[in-house]
Amino acid sequence: MNRLFLFLPLALFAVMAAYFALGLRENPGEIPSQLIDRELPAFDLPPIQGHETGLASADLAGEVSLLNVFGSWCPPCAIEHPMLMQISRSGVVPIYGIDWKDPPGAGTRWLERNGNPYVRIGNDAEGRVAIDLGITGAPETFIIDRAGRVRYRHVGVITEEVWEGTLLPLVEHLQAEEMP
Amino acid sequence: MRQILAAMLAGLMLAGSALASPGPEERMEDARLEARARALYDQLRCVVCQSQSIDDSNAPLAADLRAVVRERLLAGDSDAEVKAYLQDRYGDYVLMLPPVQGNTIALWLFPLVMLLGGGIAILVFVRGQRRALMAGDDTGEGDEARARALSDEEGLS
Repeated sequence: MNRLFLFLPLALFAVMAAYFALGLRENPGEIPSQLIDRELPAFDLPPIQGHETGLASADLAGEVSLLNVFGSWCPPCAIEHPMLMQISRSGVVPIYGIDWKDPPGAGTRWLERNGNPYVRIGNDAEGRVAIDLGITGAPETFIIDRAGRVRYRHVGVITEEVWEGTLLPLVEHLQAEEMP
Repeated sequence: MRQILAAMLAGLMLAGSALASPGPEERMEDARLEARARALYDQLRCVVCQSQSIDDSNAPLAADLRAVVRERLLAGDSDAEVKAYLQDRYGDYVLMLPPVQGNTIALWLFPLVMLLGGGIAILVFVRGQRRALMAGDDTGEGDEARARALSDEEGLS
C-alpha cells in the first residue's frame, strides 16, 4: 500500500502533463470575442483617401456580410488578400473593410496594388472603432447577420481551409436563416 | 576618455526614457488623474502581447488602450467603470488579475488547496515517523549491535 503511495508524484505529473499538452493545442492569441450574438457596435468611419464613401455600422444591416479589419502595414493581411479577392469575385457575400491605423493614403495605395475586394471601406486611423470591436490584431474578420448582429469572429488569416470549412458554411447557414 | 564615457552613459539613460512605454507626452495634466491612470495601466493587459500590462508594453494597441483609459478618466469614470468599459470589449482577459468568479474559483483556490494538502501530508508523515520511533527500541543497544555486526562483516575492526 505504502509502495503505491510512491507513485503519487508520477501520477500527479502525468495529470499535469496531459493538461499542459492540451493547453499547447490552444491558441493563446485567440481571446474570445465579447461581441458574439451582440449587435455590431455603432460606428461611422470616414472614407480612405481617394474613396467617396466611408463605412458606418448601419451599412452592414439587411444582408449577411463579412467585416474585415486590415492594414497596409500588416504582413498577414497581404497573405490573406488573394483569398478575400476570391471571395469577392465569387459574389457569395459582400466584404466590408476597416483600414486600421494606416497612415493617410497607405491603404489606398495598397488596394490599388493588390486589388480591392471591399464594397465599402472605413478609415479607422485612430484605432478607436477597432477597440470597440475588441480587435487584438489584424487581420480579423467578423460575420454579421442580417439583423446586424455579430455571429462569428475569425482571428488571423482566412485560409482556403478556414473559408471552406468554417466561414462559408456559416455564411450559407445565416443566409438561409429567416429574417427575425 | 572619461568625457566620452559620460556622454555614452547619458545617451544610454536617454534611450531608456525614450523606450519607457507610457511616454512623457501621455502624461495627464491633473496629477491625481495621472496617478489613477498609471495604476489602471498596470492592471490592464495588453491584448497583443498578453503577458504584459499596457503599462509595460509599447505595442501601438497598448498605447491606444492607454488613450482610452485617459479619455474615460477625463470623462469622469471611476476606476471600476474604466475597467468595465474595456471588459465589455475585450472580456475578462483584459484584466491582469482574473476576477474571482465561477470559472476562476479553481484557479484561485488551487494554491491554498495544495498548501493545505501538503501541510497535512507533512504532518501525517512526521507523526507517523515519531510513532514508529516511539514504538521501536530507542535505547540504542540494538543499533550498536547491528553496527558492530556490520563492521565485523567488512573486516574494519
